[in-house]
Amino acid sequence: MKLNRRHFMGAAAGATAAMSAPMVMASGKPRVVVIGGGAGGATAARYIAKDSQGAIDVTLVDPTRTYYTCFFSNLYLGGFRTLESIGHTYGKLAAEYGINVVHDWAVGVDRAAKTVTLAGGAMLHYDRLVLSPGIDFVDGAVPGWDVTKQNKMPHAYKAGSQSELLKAQIEAMPQGGRYAMIAPPNPYRCPPGPYERVSMVAHRLKEINPTAKIMVVDPKPKFSKEGLFREAWNNHYAGMIEWIGPDFGGDKVTVDADAMTVNIDGTVEKVDVCNVIPAMKAGRICEIAGITDGNWAPVSAHTMASRVDENIHVLGDASAQGDMPKSGFSANSQAKVAAMAVRAALTDSKLFPAKYSNTCWSLVGTDDGIKVGASYEGTDEKIAKVDGFISKTGEDAELRKATYEESIGWYAGITSDMFG
Amino acid sequence: MGKVRIAAALASCVISGSAIAAEFGDAERGAEVFSECKSCHQVGQGARNRVGPQLNGIFGRQAAAVEGFKYSDSLVRMGHDGLVWTLDTLDAYIENPKAFASRTRMNYRGLDDAEKRADLLAFLRIYSDNPANIPEAAPTANAPEVDLPPEVLALQGDVAYGEYLSSECLTCHLIDGDNEGIPGIIGWPAEDFVIAMHAYKRKLRPHPVMQMMAGRLADEEIAALAAYFEGL
Repeated sequence: MKLNRRHFMGAAAGATAAMSAPMVMASGKPRVVVIGGGAGGATAARYIAKDSQGAIDVTLVDPTRTYYTCFFSNLYLGGFRTLESIGHTYGKLAAEYGINVVHDWAVGVDRAAKTVTLAGGAMLHYDRLVLSPGIDFVDGAVPGWDVTKQNKMPHAYKAGSQSELLKAQIEAMPQGGRYAMIAPPNPYRCPPGPYERVSMVAHRLKEINPTAKIMVVDPKPKFSKEGLFREAWNNHYAGMIEWIGPDFGGDKVTVDADAMTVNIDGTVEKVDVCNVIPAMKAGRICEIAGITDGNWAPVSAHTMASRVDENIHVLGDASAQGDMPKSGFSANSQAKVAAMAVRAALTDSKLFPAKYSNTCWSLVGTDDGIKVGASYEGTDEKIAKVDGFISKTGEDAELRKATYEESIGWYAGITSDMFG
Repeated sequence: MGKVRIAAALASCVISGSAIAAEFGDAERGAEVFSECKSCHQVGQGARNRVGPQLNGIFGRQAAAVEGFKYSDSLVRMGHDGLVWTLDTLDAYIENPKAFASRTRMNYRGLDDAEKRADLLAFLRIYSDNPANIPEAAPTANAPEVDLPPEVLALQGDVAYGEYLSSECLTCHLIDGDNEGIPGIIGWPAEDFVIAMHAYKRKLRPHPVMQMMAGRLADEEIAALAAYFEGL
């Protein structure tokens, strides 16, 4: 039965191609433009190119020639990874998958004409557009901070030079100095990220500056994997970390980058390093394309297509999809659903029901890994959680080490799934 | 071939000396140690390649030489370069497989305990003199972890569907079969794959991510994945 159907479909595809050949000559292959070469965009570009076997013309636009993954950048801060080890280039996507990789900024989208304008002036035509731009910061989210202050008070929430800067600042702290983190409100990229970072900074400081202190100023009353992080902070970094939640003014914070002070509901604290992670929104190209509702771009849970324009798919952090956390794993998972939907729309390939999954590993100390994850399905309303799990407090050292090693395996897996 | 025989014969002479016997350890205790290896390896009469190669006659054999088994490039290269499995080389490999052959597909973290290694090697040595000496015992495969109805085991997976479904596996499992922290899953016999997935699905195997992933796969989907990964 199955074989017959496939033969039939194959024959139909051949016939269609033959009949429409002159059209194809005139208009060329269907074109997909992907904006953003991270966990969502690189994966989508690769899968569309790979699975369509040359039937779709894929262009990937990302301004950076070397992409530093935000995931594992905390391990770089902690001294567990080099920066080089989290840097990736797009050469294989071009050479082995035939993707047209363009290093430029997308600055305009004309949805009626189906074109994207690049900062360099070029214009790209698309039949389907995939937007996977990640996050930008909400203007004025932390009074006193904007991108002009990011050298004095780094966010390091887009990896690369900001990560290097923050690491250098942490390592240059005076003995007994103070590192402050201004944590972001929900929703934001990588829910456990700020707290893994606190763990990694504590790990590094314990090695080189054991009397240093860490202050986390948080607008949220609770945070991801809180019990597990608090257990780790007690076990590994007792007395080092102070967490200030909204009960103590964590939601009323301003900064002064010149004075290097943090004002928490009227109490002024002098700090040596200030890591400001402001509130986030979808990468600005979504706003420019006019597909956002509030800070994010709503999408269909069946195909990741924009609720506003079915010819645009939005992946990863930038999308408002339902229950999935904003993570590299999620973006990679969503990219495969979108790639399948794009191929089904532009060629006659089959559309299977959407399946999504996510796991977030965090390193909290040497050989001490924890994780949380869930599986999801597409409903008409949203991406809905099906099942999930989380590491437990009090797990033995062997299991924690295995969890850390598993995260290293996952890193190798997902980056090879993104970049070939 | 001749050389191997002689080496094996010499080895058995040496074994009778008490000092070396200690080095080889206790085969009975080794049988218990081997229970950890059984999920992937068979040894004894009728042993077949499973997730790992069968281990009859391993002493004196060139590395990566069992016919019909797809080894990692690392071990193939080492075999070509002349690596022969002996007491010393096997001891080093089992102690830390990744240190010995960096990209081996054997998903085993290693055995630190030298005495246990000696016991294990004494056990394996029983199956290595020459084929005629292999005891007439049943192969050492574990009883299947899950008792699957024959119709589930007999399902012929749709490779194309398996390829689509595999994209979810490849976020973590490497397509080249490498197993840094996460097991390689390519080239597994379909039956082993199916049994492993159903064991996760029924939460008989402990890993939470895999329980979750397998938990929502239908029998046909598991069969499709098994067929796809077997063919890689």
